Amino acid sequence: MEIVLAVMIGVLYAAGIYMILRRSLVKLILGIIILGNGANLLIFLLGRITKGRPPIIPGDLKVFAEAYADPIPQALILTAIVISFGLQSFAIILIKRAYKVVKTDDLDEMNAIDQDS
Amino acid sequence: MLIAILVGFIFSMFLVVAGKFFRGKPAILSALIPLGLFAYFAQFIGQVSEGGVIIQSYNWVPSFGVNLGFTLDGLSLLFSLMITGIGFLVFVYTSSYLKEHQYLDRFYGYLSMFMAAMLGLVLSDNMISLFIFWELTSISSFFLIGFNNSSEASRKSAITALAVTGLGGMSLLAGALVLGSVGGSYSIVELLNSSGEIAASPFYIIIVILMFGAAFTKSAQFPFHFWLPGAMKAPTPVSTYLHSATMVKAGIYLLMRFTPVLGSTEFWNSTLLIVGAVTMVYAAIHTLFRRDLKGILAYSTIAALGILVFLIGQGTEAALLAAALFIAVHALYKATLFLVTGIIDHQTHTRDVTILRGLRKVMLPVAIAGFLAAISSAGIPPTLGFLGKELTYESTLAVIGTPLLWITLILITKIFLLHAGFVAGISPFVGKLPEKFSNTKKPGILLWLPPVILSVMGLSLGIFPGLIEPIIYPVVTAMGEDVGNEHLALWHGFNTVLWLSIATIVVGTVLYFVLKPSQRLEASAARVEFLSPKSIFSGLWHYFNKFSSLWTAFFQNGYLRNYVSTIILFLIGLSGYALYKTASFSLDLSTLSRITGYEMAVVVIMFLAILFTVFTRSRLAAVASMGVVGLAICLLFVFYSAPDLAMTQFSIDTLTVILFVLVLYRLPIYLKLSDYRTRIKDGVLSLGFGTIITILILEVLATPVDKTISQYYAENAYVLAHGKNVVNVILVDFRGSDTFMEISVLAIAAIGVFALLKLRLKETDQR
Amino acid sequence: MKTIILKTASTYLLPVLLLFSIFILLRGHYLPGGGFVGGLIASIAYVLHAFANGLSNTKNLLKFHPGFLMPVGLALAFLSGMAPLLFDMPFMTGLWYPEALPVLGVIGSALFFDIGVYLVVIGVTLTIIFTIADTI
Repeated sequence: MEIVLAVMIGVLYAAGIYMILRRSLVKLILGIIILGNGANLLIFLLGRITKGRPPIIPGDLKVFAEAYADPIPQALILTAIVISFGLQSFAIILIKRAYKVVKTDDLDEMNAIDQDS
Repeated sequence: MLIAILVGFIFSMFLVVAGKFFRGKPAILSALIPLGLFAYFAQFIGQVSEGGVIIQSYNWVPSFGVNLGFTLDGLSLLFSLMITGIGFLVFVYTSSYLKEHQYLDRFYGYLSMFMAAMLGLVLSDNMISLFIFWELTSISSFFLIGFNNSSEASRKSAITALAVTGLGGMSLLAGALVLGSVGGSYSIVELLNSSGEIAASPFYIIIVILMFGAAFTKSAQFPFHFWLPGAMKAPTPVSTYLHSATMVKAGIYLLMRFTPVLGSTEFWNSTLLIVGAVTMVYAAIHTLFRRDLKGILAYSTIAALGILVFLIGQGTEAALLAAALFIAVHALYKATLFLVTGIIDHQTHTRDVTILRGLRKVMLPVAIAGFLAAISSAGIPPTLGFLGKELTYESTLAVIGTPLLWITLILITKIFLLHAGFVAGISPFVGKLPEKFSNTKKPGILLWLPPVILSVMGLSLGIFPGLIEPIIYPVVTAMGEDVGNEHLALWHGFNTVLWLSIATIVVGTVLYFVLKPSQRLEASAARVEFLSPKSIFSGLWHYFNKFSSLWTAFFQNGYLRNYVSTIILFLIGLSGYALYKTASFSLDLSTLSRITGYEMAVVVIMFLAILFTVFTRSRLAAVASMGVVGLAICLLFVFYSAPDLAMTQFSIDTLTVILFVLVLYRLPIYLKLSDYRTRIKDGVLSLGFGTIITILILEVLATPVDKTISQYYAENAYVLAHGKNVVNVILVDFRGSDTFMEISVLAIAAIGVFALLKLRLKETDQR
Repeated sequence: MKTIILKTASTYLLPVLLLFSIFILLRGHYLPGGGFVGGLIASIAYVLHAFANGLSNTKNLLKFHPGFLMPVGLALAFLSGMAPLLFDMPFMTGLWYPEALPVLGVIGSALFFDIGVYLVVIGVTLTIIFTIADTI
């Protein structure tokens, strides 16, 4: 399964980069989100995956009695997911503003804007 | 001592708020600071002359081995006294020279910042703090040279000076780092103990070259000397203070400071001898071809610095004594000459020696100061200059090898310098006063008193050399040499040295009467200007600028895609190469988990959703299928024991899609903007990147993982934090402050969104 | 999307979802959940309500701008970190009430920190979405 996931992460990265390289602003944002998803999975996979054993101490025990999934990548990813939401919404709003001002979502036409406005 | 250094910085900061007050009459009060510091350092003379060394140390960044250690030995003391003493006179002089100037407060701010930095430089024991103060002097020099920032020539000179000395600064930092790692300490005092090891180390040559790079740029040695004449664009008090008496001697200080650590090798001595000799002769010849007073003084300063380097290169006890004395001598007479020039410029508005005549009739005290400085510079008894010159000749005669060559060179230099001193200090005051200068106003006492004090000191110390011995001798001691019992004296009997002195004076005086500065001479020098290091440097500069604008145009072209492609291409190239070199491709398949049917189904759905997101023509479809990708990831989190992640991913996925839908249908539909070839190119690039990432992951999976930290958290989650959900415990307890930062960032993002939409709209409403 | 079914449902769903989000928040220390997830669920509850009943109705329901939740939450989280200082312990040391309470388990400063996170997340999400919905 790890190999399949590794390939999937590669696909996510490739798709993300490909979208970022497009000229449309919307695709740029979608690309960033996909890339972020890829990065989350990457951290998750590199922390080694464990099936069916969440890092929650069961019942009356005080420490884990058996193997458990690594909690650190999970904590990292959890914050990353929430932060990326903040970043995404900010980016989306930037797009909207940019679109309002320049009336185009073509990135190539945007690089002249610095001088105008 | 820390306070003594900081007081200058504090004062310059204080001027930021209280600048208005100091712009007027009270400006002269600022001179109390260097005066107080002078008194503070003067009280150490007795202690230091008996061989005492005052050491004070404060912790600064102890984890990097950077301490604020200060050492006050003979060498530091001489410089400190010069910095504060001449500083005091310059502060006084400035209050009148730049009277009512609109930025007088700024000028004092820069000056006191410089003074503080320079004091820090000569007192620092730690090489890193020495470097920082070194850079601060360069920066304050930059501001002072460009003080008349409305003039383009000023700005250009300032940036040239900063570029050259900044280059030296980098060299110093590099040298200090290498020296620190070879010698095992950044403290100069501690390095003294390991000078043998350093000289034997294979890095010795590199260290010395780097240190020379710093010293030669700062002290304007050939071929880096050209920034100094340019620096004369600064107001005269600056030229006096920075570019003749103190800052340019920082390089000399560095060489002297490191003489006991790095010196006494063939490489060290002969390089310094040759560079010093070339500089002094080159600059001395140049003085003949100038008619701008400050130009003459600038080149004669370079020549003097050359002599100092030359003397340090000789490395003998006599030579170091001569160098120490010459530093003091030069500071006294050259500062006087600069101040005199400044007065002439201030009163007559010209610095052209060919037209300045007979000024003694309007400014007698200045003429006296100029005359005394000129004879001190010429080395005519009974001035201190005579003593300096005698010692120089004496030590040069003792050089092993080819003393005849060196003595000829130093003789030529001294003759030309005598000529330069006479031209600058005497010729404007003698002869008949031209008509147009007859109405010249008499300079105020604040202007003429400082040069008179300096020149009288030059004379009286010559007559009573015993007075300066307690300052000069410890300098030599500080450089690790013993000074004999011999005392400084004017009269040494008839010997070779005396005959050389007489020859210098006679030939130089004759030269002064024969060779007058003229436009013709200056023009003839200008004809070979294209060969000078300055032209070569500015040529290089020009091409460097061209190159960097090409570079910028190529990489910073404003197209995001190009930036990303460049970065990705390099990433693929570099990590691909690294993987190719080191990857083992030996993943142990037995440790991997099995693939089940429903997992495979999720992965396939995810794959299809990604493809759909990338290639669909509809924006809404793209957003929806991206939501599917998110949900697939969410399921993967569920399968692999991350319920918290799954919940979060699910909620965020929902919100993102809502967000997109809200915004999206206000945006235009996709257009097929890229042509077929670009798409193929980008496709290859991104697939290459994806492949690299996959290989990288497999490679990492093949290496064992360290779980100590996870184990710590897991074992202590309940015991210490009373929680059973370890992920949550990490977030709210173990790494609570990280989470706090994170929610702050979130809040900032929300405020950003709010501001971007609401506030801008209000602004447009008003319009 | 102002269908009658959704409109009717959302009126009942809002309190239920809010209660659920608080439940998720409180059990976070022992079982999956916590401030982040709880906050997100609460925001989704409001967003759903806004979809069904219109933004202005939701805003009326809220009585105050959701942005105010951000400073309140940040302050709560910060104070819960500061509390140990009163007892001469370093910043962010966990403080615990010795007796376990029913449902909640042991109460400590970490719980208040988590509530702070919960409030900030609601504030951030709703501010973003309401602002965007408002200006379109």
